[in-house]
Amino acid sequence: MSNILLYAEVTKENYIHTVLFELAYKAQELAKKLNNADVSALLICKTGLAEEFKEAFINSGFDYVYIAEHDRFANYSTELYSKIAVDVINEVKPEIVLIGATTQGRDLAPKISSSLHTGLTADCTGLDINEKGQLAATRPTFGGKLMATILCKTLPQMATVRPKVFKPAPENIVKDTKFIYIKPDIDNVDTKVKFVEFVKGLNTAINELDSADIIVAGGKGMKNEAGFELLKNFAESIGACIAASRGAVEMGLAPVDIQIGQTGKTVTPKLYIACGISGAIQHIVGMQDSDKIIAINTDEKAPIFEISDCGIVGDAFEILPKLTTEILNNKE
Amino acid sequence: MKIIVCIKQVPDTTDIKWTENNTIQREGVESIINPYDVYAIEEALKLKQNLENVEITVLTMGPKQAESILRQAIALGCDKGVLISDKKFAGADTYATGKTIASAIKSKLQDYDLIICGQFAIDGDTAQTGPSIANQLGIPQITFVKELKQCDSSSICAVRQIEEGFETLKVEFPALVCVLKGIEETTRPLINGFIKAKNACITTYSMDDIGLTPEDTGIKGSPTYVSKAFRPVHNREKCEICENCIALAEKIKEFGGLNIE
Repeated sequence: MSNILLYAEVTKENYIHTVLFELAYKAQELAKKLNNADVSALLICKTGLAEEFKEAFINSGFDYVYIAEHDRFANYSTELYSKIAVDVINEVKPEIVLIGATTQGRDLAPKISSSLHTGLTADCTGLDINEKGQLAATRPTFGGKLMATILCKTLPQMATVRPKVFKPAPENIVKDTKFIYIKPDIDNVDTKVKFVEFVKGLNTAINELDSADIIVAGGKGMKNEAGFELLKNFAESIGACIAASRGAVEMGLAPVDIQIGQTGKTVTPKLYIACGISGAIQHIVGMQDSDKIIAINTDEKAPIFEISDCGIVGDAFEILPKLTTEILNNKE
Repeated sequence: MKIIVCIKQVPDTTDIKWTENNTIQREGVESIINPYDVYAIEEALKLKQNLENVEITVLTMGPKQAESILRQAIALGCDKGVLISDKKFAGADTYATGKTIASAIKSKLQDYDLIICGQFAIDGDTAQTGPSIANQLGIPQITFVKELKQCDSSSICAVRQIEEGFETLKVEFPALVCVLKGIEETTRPLINGFIKAKNACITTYSMDDIGLTPEDTGIKGSPTYVSKAFRPVHNREKCEICENCIALAEKIKEFGGLNIE
């Protein structure tokens, strides 16, 4: 029986990262094309925690969940977690392994694939099964200017997918999930990397962007701090969250945790307003699934207009103040 | 203390153009040091500034022209340059690249304490090569590193930037770290750096030199391969261009931009 194995990441706040449920729904679709392959999950967590998550697994259509609990799993460790994952994969022999492309997933996945001498495709935006039953993993490359579909010659075929790229199931898919506890074989493993401390980030922009209805994003065209000030005033007038392109982040105009795109976050707001962003695919893959997109750019040929519903050709430095005034007048 | 910094020559992706056949125009596109690898060089230079007897070897895998980025790195303050170059390396994915670089380190640069890589390369954006090198060398990895600190001759503390905040980890040498953009100002080359770079001897190793066979590397040694490449397509209706801000404000309203508090 074929098997698709998903990695269930436990976050610092001890909940399952939502990317698992997005991967689960996609995996069910792939499983149908593999003669109804099993969809299973691997959960690594501190002792006693797994019980809390069982209902979520049952409601998300998992056939099997492999659970490794140990007090040494309280903090993520590349060495320990990858050891468990490799042991489980060698035992279960899945055809496909999918991992969320969070910082933890992007740390863990290449360690596992390299240990198993198999291939790994990073940050996929599309997954499918081809006519030969192989995993066809599509991802942007060359700064997103090109899309590439990648196949893997060895098993398991591994891929990472960023949060919010796929959608979770619209309703519960209830299964008679079997939970299999594994005894972690780590007593003799002395980790070379030691955990020192964790300091919770003060910047909550990351979470705000995830749930924002409107996002106003600035790119290189916003040029300087004064430009980002105009952006902020405008965002405030419509109650939007601020985001930035990689170009703007590299110019030091915005912090990296509000960067949208291939190396940043993926967002899906109701309305995304791109200001001074040319629209390199690097950026577009992070916002193209927004319900509506508006672009403000001086270059009428900028690729951002190709994926926008509506736009204006002009300098954001002139347009944003006028637009802010117009919006505020409209409100009154 | 001996540091190896792994760098990659990449096309300037802000400057990529399409040919008429929907392939990427490579001729005339400027090659640069991957920006994240510049951060890796900066972290190494910082350690060299603060500690005694630090030697930095900068390593790249690529065509002969990649020598130029090694000279740039030496101009910034790195001590030695090593190029691993062979036609047989062409088409290597992250697994084969990691194996090739690890083999070069094992066979030619085995006396090292710390390897520093950039977290991503801006062309491939996989973030996999660093961990792949570490695993092939059998040494621990720390990724998404914002800051290296409290370094002594036998260990280092690294602060990782993760979704929920900052995690500090400590590791004994040898180890590999992958770095993000650091918190300090960018280093600029000095005049005597350029002179040093111009005269520096770059050591080049081929596939045979590092003890690999064609089956281990390049396209043959890669588990993954590109089955097709295509230009991205979008399926939105044609963009409606507004003549002025009044019309644009109307659109924002229509798209729900004013009703949401």
